[in-house]
Amino acid sequence: MNNLIVNSVEALLFGSGRPIRLSEIKNILENSGFKTELSEIKQAINNLEERYKDTSIEVQEVASGYRLQIKQEHSSSLSVLWNEKTPRMSKALMETISIIAYKQPVTRGDIEDIRGVSVNTRSIRTLLEKNWIKISGYKEVPGRPALYVTTKDFLDDLNLKSLSDLPELPELETEEEDILSKVV
Amino acid sequence: MNNNYIQTEFPIPVHNHVEALPDDLFIPPNALEVCLESFSGPLDLLLYLIKKENINILDLDISNITDQYLEYIELMDALKFDLAADYLVMAATLAEIKSRLMLPKESFENEEDDPRASLIRRLQEYQRYKSVSEKIAILPRVDRDFFTASAKAPKIEEKKVLEKIFTKEELLDAIKCALNRPNYKNDHLIDYEELSTKERIQILLSLLKKTNIISFSKTLNQSEGKKGAVVTLLASLELAKDGLVELVQNNTEELFIKSRGRKSIE
Repeated sequence: MNNLIVNSVEALLFGSGRPIRLSEIKNILENSGFKTELSEIKQAINNLEERYKDTSIEVQEVASGYRLQIKQEHSSSLSVLWNEKTPRMSKALMETISIIAYKQPVTRGDIEDIRGVSVNTRSIRTLLEKNWIKISGYKEVPGRPALYVTTKDFLDDLNLKSLSDLPELPELETEEEDILSKVV
Repeated sequence: MNNNYIQTEFPIPVHNHVEALPDDLFIPPNALEVCLESFSGPLDLLLYLIKKENINILDLDISNITDQYLEYIELMDALKFDLAADYLVMAATLAEIKSRLMLPKESFENEEDDPRASLIRRLQEYQRYKSVSEKIAILPRVDRDFFTASAKAPKIEEKKVLEKIFTKEELLDAIKCALNRPNYKNDHLIDYEELSTKERIQILLSLLKKTNIISFSKTLNQSEGKKGAVVTLLASLELAKDGLVELVQNNTEELFIKSRGRKSIE
């Protein structure tokens, strides 16, 4: 494998600061005079994965492409370094995003029906600001409520490639099964 | 909630039955947070109560659960917990189901007739999302459980350009201006005037009061030296200018100060 290509791909992964797609890497490289194929770039990434085995970083594929990450074992020391305090997400917020993720597109009313509680405007706004959800359209019913769907950023932030990577939604329990024993 | 509550004396036995929680009852601020945080809604609270009883949702004992639910609601209300209307709606729903179950009916022939059916379905549906949301909550999350690595482009601040082209004339003007600028840095020393012309005038006038004419050299004081002669000359010239004296010089080169008349001097 041509080391130049591997290094070029590495440079782009490092410099992007966000997930980057194979096709984008290909375009950039071709723009600067490298003729490559997508398969070659994928191979370069595999090469990097191999190279990073004994280091503190890794290549991670997420919904929006590939990105470099610091291996999770170093998170605790980095949290100290950056004094990073990500706002805790409440149970209510997690329930809301879960309902949107599995039942999308959903209206606020759909979320309220399942949760049995009115959905705080603030929690929808928090999810929109976090760019975890977006409005995909409006339901053609009186009031035209907004329909919410999850975004790629939501998957990216959870290290997921697609919605199918989410934990499986438990089946609706039938009489024979004891729902509680499973949850506990 | 009163944080400033101070117990001033020992508690005395209370004989009358306490029906309500005292208004000034101290509740640690964290206690309310626990309340707020622990349940995300009435369905969550119901599930908690069911789980506590260790029973299957499908065998829901409405009567028992309703009593517990209302107890909890009353407690939260007493603690001045700002109850969401949804909790009260659920309380009403439970009460309705409970009352319908008490109606004399032999049995509920099929599930549809069971007043609990709708509530049980909602609980089950909620349970699914609740449990999956707990799983999602513990998935590795960016900036919480892991961090991305990057060498982002540094922010390059544009340097302020101070370049300016000057003409020869502008430079010349600038240096002229600088040279003409008064040098305020030099300090001045103000001398005490040892010999004042004004004072000397007074002296001469008083001398001329006694005698009409006086030789210039006689008015001089040896110790004052040249300076004294200059001041005296200035004083006599001043007097001459004002027409009070006449300066007369004869062949002997001696200068005489001659009063123009007593009257004018007085």
